[in-house]
Amino acid sequence: MNLATLALAFLRARLLASLMQVLLLAIGLAAIVFLLLAGAQVAERVSRDTRGIDLVVGAKGSPLQLVLSAVFHVDTPTGNIPLDEALALRRHPLVRQAIPLALGDTYAGYRIVGTETALVEHFGARLADGALWSEPMQVVVGATVARERGLRVGDTVVGSHGLGEGGTEHDEHPYRVTGVLAATGGVVDRLLLTSLESVWSVHAPPAPAAADVPTGPAAAKPASGHAHDHAHAHAGGKGASGKEAGAGAAAAPTMPREVTALLVRYASPIAAAQLPRQVNARSALQAASPAVESARLVRLLGVGVEALRVFAWVLIGTAGIALFISLFAAMNERRRDLALLRSLGLTRARLFALVLLEGVLLCAAGGALGLAGGHLVTEWVGRHVRAASDWALTGAVWAPGEGWLLLCALAVGLFAALLPAVLAYRVDVARELARG
Amino acid sequence: MLSVDATAGRGVTGDASPRPALEVEGLVHRYEGREVLDLPRWQVGAGEAWLVLGPSGCGKSTLLHCAAGLLRAARGSIRVAGTELATIGAAERDRLRGRAVGLLPQRLHLIPALTVLDNLLVAQFAAGVPRDRARARSVLAALGLAGREADRPEQLSVGQQQRVALARAVINRPALLLADEPTSALDDANCASALDLLLSQAAECGAALVIATHDRRLIDRVPRVLTLPASRS
Repeated sequence: MNLATLALAFLRARLLASLMQVLLLAIGLAAIVFLLLAGAQVAERVSRDTRGIDLVVGAKGSPLQLVLSAVFHVDTPTGNIPLDEALALRRHPLVRQAIPLALGDTYAGYRIVGTETALVEHFGARLADGALWSEPMQVVVGATVARERGLRVGDTVVGSHGLGEGGTEHDEHPYRVTGVLAATGGVVDRLLLTSLESVWSVHAPPAPAAADVPTGPAAAKPASGHAHDHAHAHAGGKGASGKEAGAGAAAAPTMPREVTALLVRYASPIAAAQLPRQVNARSALQAASPAVESARLVRLLGVGVEALRVFAWVLIGTAGIALFISLFAAMNERRRDLALLRSLGLTRARLFALVLLEGVLLCAAGGALGLAGGHLVTEWVGRHVRAASDWALTGAVWAPGEGWLLLCALAVGLFAALLPAVLAYRVDVARELARG
Repeated sequence: MLSVDATAGRGVTGDASPRPALEVEGLVHRYEGREVLDLPRWQVGAGEAWLVLGPSGCGKSTLLHCAAGLLRAARGSIRVAGTELATIGAAERDRLRGRAVGLLPQRLHLIPALTVLDNLLVAQFAAGVPRDRARARSVLAALGLAGREADRPEQLSVGQQQRVALARAVINRPALLLADEPTSALDDANCASALDLLLSQAAECGAALVIATHDRRLIDRVPRVLTLPASRS
């Protein structure tokens, strides 16, 4: 028998009310923990995916859409830009690196990205198996794609036209898997990377234009046999103008070659002030800052998140009030118990501590349950999200601020128990014992 | 029978035992400005049994509460087991009460949230003495409650609850056992039985016993009587 076991005995005596208070507090805390975990992981993910990209250049439209499509690969592109203009930008003195992206097809829902091998380095990815592409119609697959689709080096994959569901399959243009990337935890895990020429060749108009492409499978089998509806965004067109585009495909006379976007790194800090303005001044191009657009996205999402956060704090506040009411009512119900404890020699200070401890124990239980619940919910949501996207949300990490949250829960318990504890401290023992 | 009239200004026990369990001198207690207790001098020797008699409202319970350190007298001196209550702080008074005084309130209140055994152990905890389960079990067994340790108070009869309350009062081997109207609601047979238990348990732990009552059936069994006059209005 000690103060804690005595407090637990009193709590057990009103088990249902105690459980309800623990549950109420736990639900509020779990919601906060989920928001903390999800917020931290989304922020970390956004930061990782945008690292090393100062500017995204693409077709005019929504800058947020441009960033979402070119950086996070979750939205349709704003359109395509002429390869010539992209190459001109690449040579700009304020540009240190510009990686072109050509989007338009998917494989089993995963995006096929025509690009250069520099993108692999940009993502910090390394090969788990095989080698990078060296010629058109070779593809390197991300770790998630390989795992989910059981792809290995030497397998062939066929892309579907468009970035949505139900696109026409490019049966005549199969890709050969030459490499599998190791998992990075980033967006590249869910991409298939290939050369720009592959994308151009898959989307080349019917012969004779495609016959002008001199190298690679696309050149050997130029006629896809279907005419694309270019109302949707995908890259296509004629050959690149040279090495800067990453391949030596020759130009086809019928269509200008295009890319979807350029991922740009500045050559110097001054570029941040000048380059976006210069790009946006051009009629066909749009420059969007991933940092600015990500912040805007977070602000947009923030309204809902903030509402949920307020709701969670309301729950915690309600739990505190419920705890106060319960302890206050219990205090009145067991006034004689407390008087008896005093008559047995328990000091006022220890009686005060006993009632405080009851509040703290309830809130500690609610806090522990809330934290555990928050992590479990995050893990559960993460598993569902993982099945549908590349957002790897997990509950198996500790979010900054969780320790404070637990302290906050204990403070709620202390605060709610304070007045009942003062009343216990001041209980008139002789009067209570004499009461009939 | 030694009978002391509280108004006479005298009344010390015959024996001068090693240390009196209770010494009262010039005790005056007021309630809402009214004097409800005035006891010039009274001493309870170690191991003695006393009745405190008087009509309702004469201050019998008040005297017990003052002796237990639960009420502070307006004036006078109270010494429990040699310690002057007025000279020690509230916390020390609480601890002294836990160790040296066993209190049986008028209403035998057991804590319903605790088992029978825990109702005894809580007295050890409150007094700050080491928990002694063996002692608690043996006291329960001596009072015929062996095997009921894990029961809740509501599972016991009133008589059994009374014995648990007595066990709790003597668990810490107090020097002074104070019982407030312990037999008033009992028939003759149960009255005699309850008094037997009180006397035997007080004797077993060497405690002085003070019974505040208006039950005159006890007079024949308890030789020392302090009679309090009716309260002055």
